[in-house]
Amino acid sequence: MSIAQDSGPPKVSLLYDPKVRSIAYQVILCAIIVFLAYSAVRNAAENLARAKIASGFGFWNQTAGFDISQTLIAYSAQAGTYGRAFWVGLLNTLLVAAIGIVLATIVGFLVGIARLSKNFLLAKLSAGYVEIIRNVPLLLQLLFWYNAVLKALPDLRDSWTLPGSIFLNNRGFFAPYPIFSSGAEFVAGAFVAGVIGAIAYARWAKKKQDATGEQSPVGLVALGLIIGLPLIAFFAAGMPATLEFPEKGRFNIRGGLEILPEFVALLIGLVFYTGAFIAEVVRAGIMAVSRGQTEAAGAVGLRTGPTLKLVVIPQAMRVIIPPLTNQYLNLTKNSSLAVFVGYPDLVQIFTGTVLNQTGQAVEVVMITMAVYLSISLITSMAMNWYNARIALVER
Amino acid sequence: MKRAVTTFALAAAVALAATAASAQTLNSVKSRGMVNCGANGTLGGFGLPDAQGNWTGLDVDFCRALAAAIFNDAGKVKFVALTAKDRFTALQSGDVDVLARNTTWTSSRDTSLGLNFTGVNYYDGQGFMVRKALKVNSALELNDAAVCVQQGTTTELNLADYFRANKMKLKTVTFATADEAIKAYDSGRCDAFTTDASGLYAERLRLAKSDDHIVLPEIISKEPLGPSVRHGDDQWFDIVKWTHYAMLTAEELGVTKTNVDEQMKSANPDVKRLLGTEGNYGEQLGLTKDWGYRIVKLVGNYGEVFEKNVGQGSPLKIARGVNALWTKGGLQYAPPIR
Repeated sequence: MSIAQDSGPPKVSLLYDPKVRSIAYQVILCAIIVFLAYSAVRNAAENLARAKIASGFGFWNQTAGFDISQTLIAYSAQAGTYGRAFWVGLLNTLLVAAIGIVLATIVGFLVGIARLSKNFLLAKLSAGYVEIIRNVPLLLQLLFWYNAVLKALPDLRDSWTLPGSIFLNNRGFFAPYPIFSSGAEFVAGAFVAGVIGAIAYARWAKKKQDATGEQSPVGLVALGLIIGLPLIAFFAAGMPATLEFPEKGRFNIRGGLEILPEFVALLIGLVFYTGAFIAEVVRAGIMAVSRGQTEAAGAVGLRTGPTLKLVVIPQAMRVIIPPLTNQYLNLTKNSSLAVFVGYPDLVQIFTGTVLNQTGQAVEVVMITMAVYLSISLITSMAMNWYNARIALVER
Repeated sequence: MKRAVTTFALAAAVALAATAASAQTLNSVKSRGMVNCGANGTLGGFGLPDAQGNWTGLDVDFCRALAAAIFNDAGKVKFVALTAKDRFTALQSGDVDVLARNTTWTSSRDTSLGLNFTGVNYYDGQGFMVRKALKVNSALELNDAAVCVQQGTTTELNLADYFRANKMKLKTVTFATADEAIKAYDSGRCDAFTTDASGLYAERLRLAKSDDHIVLPEIISKEPLGPSVRHGDDQWFDIVKWTHYAMLTAEELGVTKTNVDEQMKSANPDVKRLLGTEGNYGEQLGLTKDWGYRIVKLVGNYGEVFEKNVGQGSPLKIARGVNALWTKGGLQYAPPIR
């Protein structure tokens, strides 16, 4: 024990050890950044105190006192707090972003593929759409859509009325909406079971196809499971839902499902704008797949559809995913233009009204930045995970 | 995105500005050679630039009077058009020296925003505008109505309060600027548009068919509108405050833009103190003796400015009402200059 085993490389002075040095540099850099951040925060706090501007997060639980046109969670001007208003805004942002991402992906893929079509008209139309939409600022498009949507819709008093209390007018789209009572949890349970069953069936079918080459009607079975099971449960539980019908009042229509024209305009604007960019991403991805792949697929007798679905797109995805992620992030961030078309998103409610009513710019802006940062990081994490999953596995 | 960027930039400026408000505003204004004035930019009668970039309005003329008092030149003002939601941050961060943008004086703004209100240059109240075709005669009949409103204003809060107090249901549609709110109202998105009564008259002129709309009689709030400055610079606070008082005093004494040179010879001690022929009241403010003369000569007294911008000489044709001088039954009252 008394003899040191000194068989490694000769000892270097710590000062010259490259490993120690690199760690030291990083520690110093971190320290500088922390110091800068600390002094910025201290400076801000001091300035705010000197100017007698209120600071801190005490405003969170104060009554908000203003009304919001679309709320996914319960909120009212007299009972809602600024904190509650924040959640309302955040959910509205997530709603428009989530639906927007799905629709923009569909539009982008359709247009991107269409632009490569051999059909002259289809290809030129898609090219025209992409070029026009990409080169006009989004804000102008949003205002265009908002005014176009509103202009196209009839006035409240001459609403388009469909049987079953469905109304469409320049105040929005109104339809009956189910209000669930007890027993509805069985229906929800059946739905979840249906989804799980459908996934299990699809896996089994794939295994079977890999082993025997026999194809199974996956789509039909999944549809049956996902829709059929909850339906059966619904009737078995004694129909635990009543419909709330929208009612025409003197000025407005109340109750039921309500889709605001502001939401529609923002969604259309975001979908078409981002869709054009996604179309280009998809086109680039498909063109990156070598022509030989298509020819080889043709040589083994695959038709155009299956060639695209089974050969080209899976390979193109590897090129598409990273720039596609960017487009998803852009769409989410661009939804902050909502305020110009009157849609109550996070920026409108929180950095708009709440900031102005409380005057606490620093706190409100910090929270908003943190929220958008988190949304972006979560989106790219999910996309990176997907990217890693579909990445080319080299053997 | 631009609007968001402005907000973020302003917030960052508030946080990081090393030159927070101290007793330096007058010096920095003088060395810049320009008063930076936060104004409305879209509201006729209060702050609105024309196609050539010439600003007009009650608040605009107030800033001109300030420049006249400091520089003896009413043109040395840089107007910064601000939205309702960016205005306070712009003042806090030092982007503007004074905020004259039809802003309501409230207790929370006075105490927690780091601002000081310097007075009231227009007593206003919130009202509603509706289409005549609706056959509504009172705001109390607006139960269940959709109302278009501009974001970041006391208006938003009063609206919710009023409907709640009268047990009426409300649908608010909120927009970033008055421009978008009034457009949405015009296209039928809302039954009513609400803002300060003066604003309603101004906005009505911009509607496609302004005669089809009426302003309802109810005034649902007190909206004392006035200029504000940053906390912590008492000298600047005094200058801005007394610029307004000088304009009021001039009207009370009958000193006008046209007769001010004649009035320099007046024997009335009140007139003499206002115009600087007696005493050094301007110097006490850090300006020159004749600051009052400069204001009246270059811009006019309060009454003249009122009539030109919002009164009978303007398209708005708003009656003086509570904005008349106290001697004529109104609320406008200036402490004595002495």
